[in-house]
Order: sequence, then C-alpha cells, then structure tokens
Amino acid sequence: MVVNSVHWFRKGLRLHDNPALQEALNGADTVRCVYILDPWFAGSANVGINRWRFLLESLEDLDSSLRNLNSRLFVVRGQPANVFPRLFKEWNVTRLTFEYDSEPYGKERDGAIIKMAQEFRVETIVRNSHTLYNLDRIIEMNNCPPLTVKNHLVIELNNGSPPLTFKRFQALVNGLELPTKPLPTVTREQMDSCRTKIADNHDEHYSVPSLEELGFNTQGLGPAVWKGGESEALDRLNKHLDRKAWVANFERPRINICSLMASPTGLSPYLRFGCLSCRVFYYNLRDLYMKLRKHCSPPLSLFGQLLWREFFYTAGTNNPNFDRMEGNPICVQIPWDHNPEALAKWAEGRTGFPWIDAIMTQLRQEGWIHHLARHAVACFLTRGDLWISWESGMRVFEELLLDADWSVNAGSWMWLSCSAFFQQFFHCYCPVGFGRRTDPSGDYIRRYIPKLKDYPNQYIYEPWRAPASVQKAANCIVGVDYPKPMINHAEGSRLNIERMKQVYQQLSHYRGLSLLASVPTIQEEAEPLPTDDSQASSSTCESPPHPSPAQSNSLKRGWPSETQGSQRHSYSKQQHTSSSGRDQEQWAEQQPVEEPVDTQ
Amino acid sequence: MKRESIDITLEGQTLHSLLPVAKKQKSERMASSSPHTSSPYVSHPSAGNSPHLDRSAVDYRQLGCVENWEDKPHRAPYPAYPQGAEEDWSITQEPSVEDWEYTPHTQQSEMGRANRSMEGWNMLSIPQRSADEWGNQDWGNLPHHVVLQVFRNLSLVQRVRASSVCRRWNEVFHIPDLWRRFEFELNQPATSYLRSTHPDLIQQIIKRHSKHLHYVSFKVDSCTQSAEAACDILSQLVNCTIKTLGLISTARPSFMDVSQSHFASALTVVFVNSKSLSSIKIDDTPVDDPSLKVLVANNSDTLKLLKMSSCPHVSPAGILCVADKCHGLKELALNYHLLSDELLLALSSEKHVHLDHLRIDVVSENPSQMLFHSIKRSSWDALVRHSPKVKIVMYFFLLDDIEFEPFFREEAPVTHLYFGQTVSKAMLGRIGLNCPRLEELVVCANGLHPLDEELIRIGERCKRLSAIGLGECQVTGTGFVEFVKMCGKRLTQLSIMEEVLVPDDGYSNMEQIHTEVSKHLGRTWFPDMMPTW
Repeated sequence: MVVNSVHWFRKGLRLHDNPALQEALNGADTVRCVYILDPWFAGSANVGINRWRFLLESLEDLDSSLRNLNSRLFVVRGQPANVFPRLFKEWNVTRLTFEYDSEPYGKERDGAIIKMAQEFRVETIVRNSHTLYNLDRIIEMNNCPPLTVKNHLVIELNNGSPPLTFKRFQALVNGLELPTKPLPTVTREQMDSCRTKIADNHDEHYSVPSLEELGFNTQGLGPAVWKGGESEALDRLNKHLDRKAWVANFERPRINICSLMASPTGLSPYLRFGCLSCRVFYYNLRDLYMKLRKHCSPPLSLFGQLLWREFFYTAGTNNPNFDRMEGNPICVQIPWDHNPEALAKWAEGRTGFPWIDAIMTQLRQEGWIHHLARHAVACFLTRGDLWISWESGMRVFEELLLDADWSVNAGSWMWLSCSAFFQQFFHCYCPVGFGRRTDPSGDYIRRYIPKLKDYPNQYIYEPWRAPASVQKAANCIVGVDYPKPMINHAEGSRLNIERMKQVYQQLSHYRGLSLLASVPTIQEEAEPLPTDDSQASSSTCESPPHPSPAQSNSLKRGWPSETQGSQRHSYSKQQHTSSSGRDQEQWAEQQPVEEPVDTQ
Repeated sequence: MKRESIDITLEGQTLHSLLPVAKKQKSERMASSSPHTSSPYVSHPSAGNSPHLDRSAVDYRQLGCVENWEDKPHRAPYPAYPQGAEEDWSITQEPSVEDWEYTPHTQQSEMGRANRSMEGWNMLSIPQRSADEWGNQDWGNLPHHVVLQVFRNLSLVQRVRASSVCRRWNEVFHIPDLWRRFEFELNQPATSYLRSTHPDLIQQIIKRHSKHLHYVSFKVDSCTQSAEAACDILSQLVNCTIKTLGLISTARPSFMDVSQSHFASALTVVFVNSKSLSSIKIDDTPVDDPSLKVLVANNSDTLKLLKMSSCPHVSPAGILCVADKCHGLKELALNYHLLSDELLLALSSEKHVHLDHLRIDVVSENPSQMLFHSIKRSSWDALVRHSPKVKIVMYFFLLDDIEFEPFFREEAPVTHLYFGQTVSKAMLGRIGLNCPRLEELVVCANGLHPLDEELIRIGERCKRLSAIGLGECQVTGTGFVEFVKMCGKRLTQLSIMEEVLVPDDGYSNMEQIHTEVSKHLGRTWFPDMMPTW
C-alpha cells in the first residue's frame, strides 16, 4: 500500500529532534512538509510585526534546509479545517503527522482535524516534543492519592488538577525518569527514500509569504535583533554552551546592565517556536554539567528556565480559561481597575518612569526583555502601581514578546500579579529603585529613551526631580519633552498593598495583623507524593522514540477534550469548608451563627 | 397550610437531599402532579399571584427580579473577592469591632471560628432524625427560630425565593435580624467588572429596612459617580442605628473625587442620626475636621474603631479631638503626619480604655520635600504603660534614605514594620537597637550591601520577632543561617526571595542553605521563587 505522508508544522519548526516528522518519513513513499497560515487573518490578529517576522524567517530557514534535502516546505494559505480536506484529496494523503500541542485551544483544533482525517481514512500520528515531559503524566502523579482532609471531608480532586506551586512541580519532576532522548536530525537518505516531486510552480502556490503579503507596512522596520530559524537556534545553542563552559558556573547569574540587553546566546524565542528542541537543550546542558563536574548528576536548578516553561504548560493544559480571570479556577479574583488610558501609557512607554518606559520600548522594538524587566513592568501595571488587570498586560506581551507562549505568558502574568500560585505579595518592585540598583549608570535608559540621554545619573531614573536648570541643560523638560510620572508610586503602592491584603485575607481567612500570614498556607506541598509503584507503572507513558502499542494508548489519553470545562478545584481545604457555592451569589453573606453581639 | 416544595440550593445540594423526609414528601406529591406545578413560584416567579403570598414578597419579585439578579454572569467559583462571603474588615462576616482588622487571635478564637462554620453544616443536616419524628409536621409550621436559622445561611436571593413559599416564611424574611448588615456595591460598567447592587433593591432597603441596618458598607470602583452614588445613599440613611460604617474603594480611591461638601454632608447625616456608631472605616476619603467634630459630638461613648489612613483634610488637631473625647477608642489607623506626642498622651489618659491597635502609614510626598517630625520616647512609653498589649503597625513608603532619619532614633514600641520601596541600611541597624517589641518585619528592598550584621542584631535583640519577609536585599548564606539559628522555631513566617541569599564560603550553594535553615526552623523551608521566563 502506498504511504503518502503530510507532516504539519505548527510549532516545532525544525528538522532535529522532530519525532512526528520522523513518523511521517517512516516507510513512506512521499512526504510533504506543510505549514498552514491564513494571510487574511495575519493582519488582524493580535500579533505584532516582530513576531510575524520571526515566524517567517523560521519558515524560510526550514524551507532552505528542506531544499538541501531535495524537498521543500509547502506553505498553504488558509485555515486548517478548510485546507486539509483539499490536501487529502489532491495529494492522496494516507498519513498525517504533527507535534502534540498541549494547550487547550490546540487540543481542540487538533481533535477536530484528527476526526476529519479519520473520515478521509488518513492515519494520524501525534508525538510529544514541545515539552520535556508528558504533561498528563505529571498531572496524574499530582492527583494520586486522593486528598484526605480533616473534618471528615474527603476531597476528591478532579482528575486533571495540575500542581499549583513550582516546588510541588519540581518534586513531581524529580520523581520522573529523565525526559525522552532527542532524535537525530532528518537526513538526506531518509528524505530521498520518500522523495516527492516538487512542481515547477511550487513558489507560486507554496512559498513563504513576505510581511508585505501579510499586510504589514515594513517601512522603517529596523533589522531583526532576533533572527528566526533553526540554523540560528543551533548556532546560539553552541554559543550558549560555550559560554557556560567558559564560565563553568551554573548558578544563575546576577542581573546587571548586560543581562538586560538582547544576548546572542538567548534561546527563549527559539524554544517558543520550536526552532530549538527543549530536549536537545536539556541534554546538552546536562552533558556539559556532567563533563565539567566530574559526572555529578545536575541539580534541577540547572534547568530552571526549562522547568518554569514546563510548569506553566502543565498548569494550563487542562484549563481553557487559563488566560483570563473569569472562570479560571486557579486565579484569584481581584477587583482590578478598568483604565484604557493608563494601559495605553504603559503599553507605549509613556508612564513617565524611565525604567518602565525603556523596558516597554525595548520590548516593542526588539521583541524580548529580560525576565526581571518583565517582573518590573508587570508589577507596575498590576499590583504595584496601576492596578490594571494582568489580562491586559498579557495581551500586550502576546503582541510584542517573541517568546510569548499562551501558557507561559498567562502563567507568568498570573504569577507576577500574585493572582495565582500562592505568592507572597509583599514584594513590590519600585519603578525607580529597582532600575537604579540594576543599572546604576542609567545607560540602559539612555539607549532606549534617547531623549533622556543627557540627564545625569542622579536623575535619570526620576527626571521629574531634577531641578529646572538640569532639565534645561539636558534639553528635556519633564512635562513637555518627556511625560511626568503618571502616578505617585509611594501612594499607589500603599493603596495596592492594602487591597492585596484584603483579597488574600479573604482567601486565607486570616484576620491578624501580620502581612505575611495573609497568604494562605500551601496545602499541596504537604501532600504526599505518589509512591514508586505508580511511577513504575507509568513509564510507558513517556513517548518512546518509536511507536508502540503503549504509546498509542497514551496518545489517546492526550485528547481528553471532554470533561475539561467542568473541573474545579480549590486552593486549600478552607475553600471547601467555606461556602464556595454561595460565593457566587450576589449578596452572599456569611452570617455568624450567633446573634451579632453589640459591643457596649 | 399547603405544603410547598422548596428548591433552595445549598452548598450545591438541595434542601431535599439534606432533608430526607422532605424528599419523600415531595416524591409522593410528584407522583400526583407535574414537577412544574409542585413549585410554581420558584420556577415561575412571574406567576406570583398566589393567595399565599404576602404583598411584600411580590415587591421583591417586581424588582425585575430574582431572575435578573441571578442572570448576571457569575464570577469564577472562588476566590470571589467582590461577591465573597467575607470581607477583610468584615462588616459582612462578624460585626464585632475586633474583627475589622485586628483581634489578638488566640488559638481558641481561631478554633471557635472554624467550629462556627461547621455548626452551619450541622444545623443544616438536622434531619438526621427518623421520619417518624417528623411525622406529619407541616413545613409552614416549622418554628420561627428554625426557619430563621435556615434563612441565616441563605443568600439574599435565596431568601427572596424562600420567602415566597408561604406566609410564615415570608414573615421570617422580614425579621429585622436578617437585615442587620448590607453591603452596597456601586460600580460603573466602564471602570469595573464588578456587579452593582440593583437600584430598586437600594430603594427597598432605604424604605423598608434602613432602620434595621447595623452594619453597612459601601464598595465603590474608581469612578467618581460611584462614590457620589454612595454619598447619596448615605444622605438618606436618616432613620438608622448604624453601628458599623465602611467606605471602601476597590480600585483608585474615588471618594477623594467627590466634592468635599457633598461628602461631608452625607457622612454627617450618618454621624448625627446613628448615635451609637462604633466602627468607622473611611480610609482615602475627604473627611475633614468639622465632620469628625460631629462624629465626636454624637458618638463619643460608642466609638471603638476609626480607620482613616490617607485622609488629607484631617489635621492633627482634628484627630486629637477624637482621641480626647472618645475614651472607648481601641483601634486607630492614620497617617504619620497626624501622629503627635499629644495624640499618644491623649490615648494614654486614665479615662481612656486600653488601645489595641494603632496603624500608622508613613508616605512620602512626590517629590519629597518635608522631613518627618519625630515622636518623643516618653510619649511612646506612656502609651505602652497605659496599653501594654498594644500593637503598633507602621507601613513606610519612602524613597530616600534621608527620609528615614527621624525614625527609631530612640526606643519605640512598634510591633509590625513594613517597608515598601526601600529602606536604608542605617535604619535597619537602628531597628535592631530600638524596637524590642518587633514581631514582624517586611523589607521590600534595600541595596546591594549584605544585611548580615543588621539582621543578626535584629534576631538577637527583637525577642518577639516571628515573621520576616525580604525582597530585593542581600544576605550571605552564613549571615542568614546565623540569623535563623538565633530566632529558631519562633520564626513562623519566613519569606525570603531566592535572589536575596548570596552563597559564600560558609554555604557555597543554595541546597546547603535550605537544609540548614530547615533544621533550625524545625520544618522544611525554601525561599520564594520568581519565574525566570
């Protein structure tokens, strides 16, 4: 029987460690690599030009790598649901492969495509390679055994509650076997065995579009600071490892002005688009560590960034409302302000706080900012100063940030705004002091806000405090050439800390004076971790490099699109003993059982 | 009296399932009639012309109605801040003064609280009795106090429904006890996602139940209109005996945007008419000295709690007048510029009850020009002599090191310290020397110099310190472990950002620090982490 494969690229824009692509090639007569995009949708979507450019560059790179293997990338215009029936018929497709997408939207889309493929008698093969671990496996471990809580209430957490603290997540990961080893890159021989004829007019139908074709105005668009593509990603990976080897220090570096700037060894956008496999990164880092540290196995902290990414993917995979406050069971409901004007000032870098404005400018221009810079602007927008919902901030990041994944972006925003994950909220980044401590010279500000370049160091973080003569000498009058600060930070943070305290005291039922005790105690860290038995029985869940019956089972479990919506779980047992049902009522009143006592 | 089926949802269960007998009765009836006719008022409130219905119940239905109130989108199932069953300062939960913010919680009182919430459960599951005991009891004949207890556990919407079951229940619905507290929520769709109290309901309350109100709060969003609406309602609360009044801004403080005269006149209506006010929370409002004078003139015997942080129109003399006359005042929250030696002495006078809680916010102007005054040690001493158990909470929001100069030069009885923004190293040094009563210290930021010495001194001399939080600071591994060792298990809250800890010769990696600290605390401990993404 003839096997005509289509590999559908979405994320995972690479030829190395691409298990689904390997499946496409396996014993196939023809293989076509497809990327589907809708040019009409592109312009209207809430995705900025830098992100589109990165994607197109990645596709170009993929196409050129495929050319080297005597193949091509087929960029098909349209929507997957409309495109596939046509392709199935036109190319007589028998096998469709793609990388597993753990995000709720992706799962739903893929579920529909798989169903459609079945109708066309097209076999679908899905492989996990965007995350290190099988996320459903982590969630499964998190949920056994069921929780037993005092007060005779046994709380059966619904299957599908992810770990809610990073600590818990780390503990679960510690109990897992190592991630699946990466696969080698696709070879010429493999490709040759299933060569597909490329039509002469291929470029006419299937070329990678230009930004202009997508409706972007590229006039005045500077060169890309982050160039998309697998080749660039692998290049950076090497540099990254070289530098690590040279420094021979695996501790997290302390932040300084250099860390604020785009680094030629930065990898996060490449992991986002899958130009770099996280497993390749993981194993390279691990091998390097073991080489330099005489075969000591590395601590989890070595993989900090990768694990954070994994953590947020896990938290989001079964929660379609993960990116919003309403209807999101893990999100604390905070009465944020609606203030479009203030939001615009923040998003456009017009807050009047040079540190915040410089970061937002860098984000808009280059598409990447350091994680501490993210903390600074996120705190400023939400719980620190403006008291605007993290959802608005998340949408701005989604537009501008190259490495903004749905799960990671929403998760980080919830974390930074103390809306989930049991954060202490006392620590509020000062829009003046934090920047000044990070870069006392102020050169970072001068680079992104040239207007302020002649301000002396003393005033560059708070130009409004500079005497008129200094402002004049620097050719930048505050209130004329550069905005006045939009908020009195001292006053704003005073108000906001009180509000956060109110919100959290309500959660924790704590009424004392201690600020720190207002945050609910974390229940899940006290929970026992699953025993070794359950781990052993689960090892088949990890996707092996080659298909096996066990794996197809696990893949079936990967599509639990049913029943997701109804899940609910609570922060802690207190939530259960309190009237969670009544919380929804408009006039919910928790009446004390005895009469209100008049205090004489 | 005809039995009506009740379909009240409680904790996700219906009363049916909680009351096995009722279930039985219902199923019997169901056999003879369709489910719809068995509860006509519940599922079809518009059909509310039953002879059994009291007119007043109809009033509520006509508000447009039960269905409408409920149809509004529900927020997420929990942590519902806006509709939450409880509030921070808790007018809605427990109306006692203490509960507003501070109670010296003993283990017992915590337990009491837990038990109480369990009582609710027990009470609802009363009908563990056999069917015989209930026999042919009529639902309408349930003793008043039983229905009242059930009603207490229902939300207003649920009570409205239940009130249309029969005359007796409707009577209970209007029992003043069920109208002791009310929280007005005033929001504009443009500035808030929160729901507002239905205007018709507001009118009904003012007309019918305002005289029953004891505990009243207003929650407003950042829109001036909302704050003005709150003032309009306040102005109508003339025939009241309010004990507790709270004005709360959920976002930007919009009461500050109301004209001062409008605000003052609304507030004084309550001050004058409710002559037994005991708790007032009016932070971030334009309350002024004359309004406070009215408060004192009418409520000096009953006032116990006054929270008025950031009320710029009040002068030190204005608050002094309150302290002089209101001898029952136990809790006070204000900004530092209102704090004076005279005020502390007034609060320490013989006639004055012991003070429980004093909260002081120190906020710098922007740009900061003035230097803060200092308080004499003798005044602090007088306060602590008079009220040995007083908790003194200070929140600092200062930017420049120099602004900290006047503080803690001498011994001060502060118990809780919070430093938003930054705090100077020198100040932290003085805290170790001069704050022997310190229980909680939270430092958001310091500088790049290790705080080892300061921290160790604090650990050594602040013998009651049980909670500490450090944000952007630096402490070496050795210094930190030394500090924790000194405090040991009394450190019940230890929240340290991961970046604070600097590995050094003594402790070269994080794991060592965690292990050692956990050992001294007697529990597993980790620093707080932030995503590196």
